Amino acid sequence: MLSIENLSVNYGAIRALHNVSCRVEQGEIVALVGANGAGKTTILNSISGIVPSIGGVIAFEGTQITRMAPHLIVRKGICQVPEGRRVFARMSVQENLEMGGFILSGKHEVANGIERAFGLFPRLAERRKQPARTLSGGEQQMLAMARALMSNPRLLLLDEPSMGLAPMLVEKIFEIVVEINKSGTTILLVEQNASMALSIANRAYVLETGEVVLSGDAGELARNPEVRKAYLGE
Amino acid sequence: MFLQQLVNGIALGSTYALIALGYTMVYGIIALINFAHGEIFMVGAFIGLLMVGVFKFNIFLAMACAMIFCMVLGVVIEFIAYRPLRKSSRLSAFISAIGVSIFLSSLALMVFGANAKGFPDQAFSSRQIHIGDADISTLQLLIIGVSAALMIGLEFIVQKTKIGKAMRATSEDYNTAALMGINVNFVISFTFALGSALAAAGGVLVGMLFNAVSFNMGLMAGLKAFAAAVLGGIGSIPGAMLGGLLLGVTEVFGVAIGYSSYRDAIAFAILVLVLLVRPTGLLGRKVLTKV
Repeated sequence: MLSIENLSVNYGAIRALHNVSCRVEQGEIVALVGANGAGKTTILNSISGIVPSIGGVIAFEGTQITRMAPHLIVRKGICQVPEGRRVFARMSVQENLEMGGFILSGKHEVANGIERAFGLFPRLAERRKQPARTLSGGEQQMLAMARALMSNPRLLLLDEPSMGLAPMLVEKIFEIVVEINKSGTTILLVEQNASMALSIANRAYVLETGEVVLSGDAGELARNPEVRKAYLGE
Repeated sequence: MFLQQLVNGIALGSTYALIALGYTMVYGIIALINFAHGEIFMVGAFIGLLMVGVFKFNIFLAMACAMIFCMVLGVVIEFIAYRPLRKSSRLSAFISAIGVSIFLSSLALMVFGANAKGFPDQAFSSRQIHIGDADISTLQLLIIGVSAALMIGLEFIVQKTKIGKAMRATSEDYNTAALMGINVNFVISFTFALGSALAAAGGVLVGMLFNAVSFNMGLMAGLKAFAAAVLGGIGSIPGAMLGGLLLGVTEVFGVAIGYSSYRDAIAFAILVLVLLVRPTGLLGRKVLTKV
């Protein structure tokens, strides 16, 4: 569904990604794990088109999207939940969802999308008119996910959904991620919480300083002694 | 006397507010002080004058033409002078804006000459209305009415329409707006178009108020409107409206109590005083720099 070949990205003189290749198949949950600064977010931002690459090819469902504008990539069916949630703080919950459905053509589609979002996240329905900045961290994460789902993406990019959340909420968020995946959305997940990510993913890639160092079945990686030592705190 | 001066002040202030809105909206989205905005106001005044003087349009039609012309002008300026510098330092874009400003006023000087020109008498036959001991002209009421209508229209667009919401989203978070499928370049063009249209309307109104349109009218009006935008809190739309009105009213009262030679200084004195107490302006928000 998504394939990345030899992707390289520089930030000024600093090499953020070096010849990264990975792929995501229809229906999977694929996790990108690695330490802070390993380049996980950069991969998602390259896919979304907000970080320019200096080399490599990104293709989605057979079409090259490497140099496509970010808003056109959304129209192709890829949507990102950015790191730190990035909800529009001064806009209401409802307006945030409307922005998520920006590419939908009709008012009906937007209204249906919002109803679906409220079905998945009932807490958001209660807070419909409130500015997003008044929501708790967990609610903001739910809003950010609901907002991304508004455009009916076939591939959802999730950047650190567990960041800054209490353990109980983290579990709840991951349950929802699995639920979203079961309803037919393919997911590429970036996480520092490697054990959580590997527990729900089908496959995973381990990144170190901008390069893929390990990849394979998520369960096998979770049992790999090196991975356990470096990322699972053993 | 008080009522008289208050109406004078509100009429003047609402034209400042119209111009200030353009500064504040553009700053809110791309953090650029569009230094050429005052010149767009000046061009708007000239287009209005041409429409009334040469084509004998009525004043509302002339204003509409000026607004449309300046919308296109604003979009073209952004495309040529600012967009290529979007990723450069802010200083480069600012210098480019000063360049555009000098270019436009020099162009107006070449085309229309150095003398101020007035609107023909039939453009708007103003009458005086007596309320108590105040003489209020219908021209002042026209200015206040048109400004209010335009600002209500703007507020509707920004709060209720899809593109207006996209403007707010883009001004809050440029990258995330793009991730939602919003074409941020289009939103920026739209913002320039809106701001320029308001400035053009302001230009026509000011041209009629002082019965003078000249190539250099954009400089002082632009500076004062910028002061109004900063006073209200740059980036805040209600702030620009409030700042403009406050500045206009204070200026008129300052002149009325005898400080007419300090007319232009009053605006900047208020600006300095308010910024000493509230660095973010009256309705501005604290800007948190993300790391």
